[in-house]
This record gives sequence, C-alpha cells and structure tokens, in this order.
Amino acid sequence: MNELNPKSEIRNPKYRIVPIGPYHPLQEEPEFFKLIVEGEKVVDLEINLGYNHRGHEYIAQTMTFDQVPFLVERICGICSDSHPYAYCLAVEDICKIKPPPRAQFIRTIIGELERIHSHYLWLGLAGHFIGYNTVWMWVWRYREPLLDLFELIMGNRNHYAINKIGGARRDILLEDYPKIEAYLNLIEEKTRMFTNAILDDPVICARLEGVGILKKEDAIAYGVLGPTARASGIAIDVRKDDPYDAYDKVDWNIVVFEEGDVLAKAKIRLLECIESIKIVRQCLKKMPEGPIETKIEDIPLGEGIGRHEAPRGEVFHYVRADGSNMPVRHKIRAPSFMNIASNVVAVKGYSIADAALVLAAVDPCYCCTERTIVYEHGKMKYTGKDLLQLSIQKTEKLIRKYKK
Amino acid sequence: MEILYTLHICGIENMEKVYSKEILEGIKKKFPNVEIKVHSPRRTYLKIEREKVYEFAHYLFKELGFRLSIATGIDTRDGIEILYHFSDDGAGTYYTIKTVVPKDDLKIKSLADFLTAANWIEREIHELLGVEFVGHPNLVPLLTPEDWPEATYPLRRDYE
Repeated sequence: MNELNPKSEIRNPKYRIVPIGPYHPLQEEPEFFKLIVEGEKVVDLEINLGYNHRGHEYIAQTMTFDQVPFLVERICGICSDSHPYAYCLAVEDICKIKPPPRAQFIRTIIGELERIHSHYLWLGLAGHFIGYNTVWMWVWRYREPLLDLFELIMGNRNHYAINKIGGARRDILLEDYPKIEAYLNLIEEKTRMFTNAILDDPVICARLEGVGILKKEDAIAYGVLGPTARASGIAIDVRKDDPYDAYDKVDWNIVVFEEGDVLAKAKIRLLECIESIKIVRQCLKKMPEGPIETKIEDIPLGEGIGRHEAPRGEVFHYVRADGSNMPVRHKIRAPSFMNIASNVVAVKGYSIADAALVLAAVDPCYCCTERTIVYEHGKMKYTGKDLLQLSIQKTEKLIRKYKK
Repeated sequence: MEILYTLHICGIENMEKVYSKEILEGIKKKFPNVEIKVHSPRRTYLKIEREKVYEFAHYLFKELGFRLSIATGIDTRDGIEILYHFSDDGAGTYYTIKTVVPKDDLKIKSLADFLTAANWIEREIHELLGVEFVGHPNLVPLLTPEDWPEATYPLRRDYE
C-alpha cells in the first residue's frame, strides 16, 4: 500500500480528497485512486495497489512448467489468453523451439479474437460512463456471440487454455470455420457502424476530445504500452516489432494517433478491431495442415523472455529454468502495471466528472464505482452513484448545448 | 505416432536484421567491463557490476532511446540478482542488464530520478526481496498490506 508521498499536494488544507476505491475500477485488479481536488479540479492523484496481490510469481515457482499456463491465465479474466501466450513464448525461448505452423495460426486467431472481445468490453463501459447506456447495451450485445464462439472452439467462454508449451492444446475444426467467418462478417459491419456513430455524434466527441491528454514525452518516461502508447504517437506493437507465430505471415497495420486524449484511445480500439478481423480472416484462409504441437522432453537450464501484445499492451514474462521441472523464477509484467502509473499525469487539471473516464481510458475493466465516497468534515459527500451522475450531467449539458 | 514437426532454432535466418553489432560494439567501447551474452537474435544479456548500473541504464535510455520494460529480482546463492529489461522497440530486441547485489550489503542506486518507469518496480523489488534503492523518491511498499511485518521478504529463498 501507499503512504502519502511527502511531495504531494495533499497536505495543503485547501484541497480535498476524493477516494475512488479500494475495490474499484478494474474488475481484476482492485485499486484505490485518491483524487486530490480543489473544488472540481483534480490537482493530484495517489495510487494504491496491492488489494488483489495473489502471489502468482511465487505460486508459479511451486508448479511444474506444464501447470503454469493454467495458473497464469487466471491472472486476468479479460486477457486470459495473453498471459499463457507470453509464458509459452518465454519457455519456448529457453528451449529455442517454435511450435508447428498450424499451432502458430491457431494461437494467433485466438489472440486476435480476444482483442476484439476486450476492446468491445471497454467500449461498452466507456459508453456507460459518459451516460450513453444505449452504447453500452448495444456493444455488449455483439460481444456476447464471440464468447459463445470461444465456448464452441475451446469449450469455455473464458479461461480457454489454448496455449501449451510448444503448440496449441486444441485444434480448430473445419466445421467451425464458417461459424467464425459468419461472426467476423457480423462484427466487421457492426464495428464500422459504431465507429461512424461515435465519430458522428458531436456530444460523444465533445465529451472525449481533449480529455485526459497523455503527452508523448510523459508516455515515454512512464513507459506506457499498447493503445495508451499508440494514442500518444508512439508506434510500438510487439506483433510488428518482434513478430512471433503467424503475425509476420499476414498483412495488417498498426493504428497510431498523435492526440493522446480519450477520443484517440477509443478510435484506436475501434480501428484495431478491424485490423484483428483482417488478421483472423487471413489466418483462416492460409491455415496450414499438420500437427498442432511440438513435443518437448525437458526444459534445459537457461532463461527466456516471452512477449505478447495483449489488448492493453505488451505482456512480459521472464522465466528462468535450472534444469528441473519447475521454474526457478517467473516474473510477470502486465501492461496495466505501466499504464496505470501514467494516470498521475493524465488526470491532472481535469474535473471530477472527467476523472472517472480518464482513469478508465487506459484499461477496459471498470466496474465498481459504487464504492466511491467523499468525506467532508466527517460527512459523506459523493457516493459512486453521484460520481456517475456528475459524469452523466456533464454529458446532458453538452447534449442541450448541441441541440440549440 | 510419427515424428512431430521438426524443431527449428528460433529465427536464425533473420539474424542480420535484428542482431545489431553496432549497438553491442558501442556498449563495449563505453563500458569495457560488460559481459555480453547473445541468447538468441532478439535476446541479449549484459552483465555488469552494480556500481556501473546507473550509468549504463542512463546510456541505454537517454542515448540509445530504449524503453525500460520492467526489472526482475531473483534470490540466488551469490546474492540478489537484479535484471533490468530494456526494449529496443525499433528492432524488437531485448537487452537485459544483469547485476548481483551481495546479501550483506543490499544497496543499489535507484534509476527513478531519470526514469519514471522504474519507480514502481523498484518499490516492488524493495518490498519483496529487501533491496534498498538509494535515492528513490518514495520507497514505500507497493503491494503488501499495511500490517505486513517488517523485514519479511516473500520472494527470498533460504539458501544455506
């Protein structure tokens, strides 16, 4: 947990603290944001972590190499493909092997489908937080068939366990191809519709544009990743920089914007869905025949680094093996570890009504604002509902303005 | 069952593209003590004594423009090993600085003053392994609860 930073503005009596948390925004990582405000304006932010520290790195050291993918996919419910993916790449780096081509394509397909479902989840919640509940319901309506598709392919809506050291655990059956393609057609049409609907709506644009700007130099200093970095004009993407599996065998583009605001992050996520659809389509078309795994006898002594571009940025896994059947050290770095830290600069100078949105902009899972309470002279001032209300009121004000 | 797909070494055919000789030569010229180990075309490990880590990381971040991905702390027989993973995003290569901090003097200079990205991970290594980062602006625990007993380090191994 965090103690107050001695340099913080928090000790000044004219400032108030708006706590958001502890069991707040990100479904899988409860965190505690203390907004330090002067009136409506946010002047500083304190971040407390650790409410969901489950000691995965330690537990991984007590498990065999084959068991660890099942452990690490439980780190996060949304990117439950990304962590085992990066872990398998790390162990394959130790052994210096590559999975057979068919397994590479299967892994890539699942990785990209996961990106679509994660970006849709974020988009729905962003809609909810600016008071556009229609967007929320509508977006999630088209996310649902994807989860059914996961169940069809891998037997589970979440925690699909497709990755295995040296290959994929399950094959994609020929009879499932048309179902995947039908879904891609549906989601492509709907993604284009949402992109147009959001960019054409003056209220949504006014609400998101110029809010929560993360400047490029701050983005470099904080080492942010994924859509957060690409929205600030840093063209990094592991799939292009360090291509693995099938990513260099298909044609696709990185989406980069310069603005660094919430609107840029939303646009990036929508356009990335289109790129993901492109990748999955080409993978299905080019899918080679053959086995889906390389048998590995022993994991040799050595160390390996695995990196995968998760929906929120680069997932990093470092594994060290000593020749036994368990890792000696397994370091896991999720993209949010870097992205959340950058909220400190992104949220400064904006109003409380914007804060909920800015804090949600780096990470798609934002659920429990009900826990937000403000104490002033010992009395509760804002509840989570009020905070959401503030955000919705601001949107309504904008709607009235644009109607005139 | 017939022999499964033949094992092939990771991307040796692309060696020229990603394995940057100039960068390694530049490093060797500036820091002659560095032990360079190229694990694979995209993964290089650079071993250096702890006194030089600050200067070396400064060189990688400021002059070569690498991004600090994360740091790893490992409890080994020789002491606590700290690995700073730097990423060269243009080439897609990882350069990992390796250093060992002896157990009887667990101190190393903090990188947080020029590299904001090192702030949180140094706090994490401090609380999980007990390494003191000298010059860190706010070295308080990041993950463990407030009532966590002092000088109890969850990731330490009890080597004899």
